[in-house]
Amino acid sequence: MGLRTPLYDTHVREGAKLVDFGGWDMPLHYGSQLEEHQAVRGDCGVFDVSHMAVVDLAGERVRDFLSLILANDVARLKHKGKALYSCMLRPDGGVIDDLIAYFLSPTCFRLVVNAGCRDKDLAWIRRHAENFGVAVSERTDLGILAVQGPNAIAKTLPLLPSAQRAALMSLGAFAGQWFDSWFVARTGYTGEDGVEIMLPGSQAAEVWELLRAQSIAPVGLGARDTLRLEAGMNLYGNDMDENFHPLESALGWTVAFDSPGRDFIGRKALEGLSPTGGNELVGLLLDGRGVLRGHQQVMTDKGAGTVTSGTFSPTLNRSIGLARVPRNCGPQVQADIRGKLQGARIVKPPFVRRGRIMIELEKQGE
Amino acid sequence: MSDIPGDLRYTKSHEWVRRLPNGQIEVGITDHAQGALGDLVFVEVPEVGKRLQAGDACAVVESVKAASDVYSPVSGRVVAANAALTDKPELLNSEPYGGGWLMRFELDSPSELPALLSASDYAARLAAEE
Repeated sequence: MGLRTPLYDTHVREGAKLVDFGGWDMPLHYGSQLEEHQAVRGDCGVFDVSHMAVVDLAGERVRDFLSLILANDVARLKHKGKALYSCMLRPDGGVIDDLIAYFLSPTCFRLVVNAGCRDKDLAWIRRHAENFGVAVSERTDLGILAVQGPNAIAKTLPLLPSAQRAALMSLGAFAGQWFDSWFVARTGYTGEDGVEIMLPGSQAAEVWELLRAQSIAPVGLGARDTLRLEAGMNLYGNDMDENFHPLESALGWTVAFDSPGRDFIGRKALEGLSPTGGNELVGLLLDGRGVLRGHQQVMTDKGAGTVTSGTFSPTLNRSIGLARVPRNCGPQVQADIRGKLQGARIVKPPFVRRGRIMIELEKQGE
Repeated sequence: MSDIPGDLRYTKSHEWVRRLPNGQIEVGITDHAQGALGDLVFVEVPEVGKRLQAGDACAVVESVKAASDVYSPVSGRVVAANAALTDKPELLNSEPYGGGWLMRFELDSPSELPALLSASDYAARLAAEE
């Protein structure tokens, strides 16, 4: 038996197919992964993501601490509630984890980290927090519900007292706010509008029911993966890990070099890199037959690469993927799918955003 | 509980086998198999004319999550492959014993069929797995 979120019994009752995910018993789907995917693109779906770890950091020097351990710059968080996506790096630049940091108050920040990285992240955070007098508390008492899709905000509104609804409607992108005991943020992992609700775990099952009563579809981790891949978002362990630095994982945009005095962990290693050499992470669109999958080889004009994530895209009705390939290789490549070479093209993610296809599906000149 | 028609034969690897009136053998994957795989999005069937031995990997069915081999339940020559699955792989989910058939064979040896599982034996194996 694996770890269970506060919604485990709810998932069983909803008919979920449960699978092990990073030690947790989580719903893969509730019947049809494809229908769940379409529900999020076209209407709205709710995900249980309570397996992710919430870590609260408190102390007078919490900003100094985060300036050291995050590759992105918390100085960019100027308003309460605002969120920052960042990597946490090893001294050699390897990615320990990717996370979201929320600015709760001048002396308190909240991190949300991957379930599979919980133990090593907490060890790393605690080790460095000591030097800054920052208190680290893991919030195992919280659950997280993600409500995602074009109708997510409209369908979440009825759960709030009428006096609070205007605040939810005006919640800025990548920002959060307290609604009594809930912290609600306009964030997600689908490429659609929506919110992530962090709330006392004891309320999770009841709130799930209220959301379901708004005709919001339950969505499992299977559709979460196809949605995030269409949105061009990395998955830790597939598209990034400790063996690669952020510039090899399409995460250069999350590394803030602009403040020269900010000596974050990993900075020196990244500054020593050649900007034109090495590998980069790109999007792949399969023109040939089959389905791209992680670990497949990719042949380019500059040498071999590897598919890091691949799937069938329900929105494109084609196979898409992310691949780590030699930097600046030509756009026409071949993927080794079960021993046969199939044509594929390098494209710039996202593949889909806000329900719209963002890439050219047909080859130029055809 | 998955559907296991009584008039078909089965394999341990979750294929089904039907004897057609013209003596040919039709093959597909079982309701249990399609349920375990989830939404199917890509199917690769063998070329017509190909000779296969029982146990050969002969087709690939891919769900959103993973690719799985289908094994030939019999030895023989492929005489038809279900072209409809190229555009509608979801037939494997919706009609595993009908429109979702994968291929048809002419048997090398008509005596081979009895070696496969009966519906009740297959049902017992599934029950034991669960």
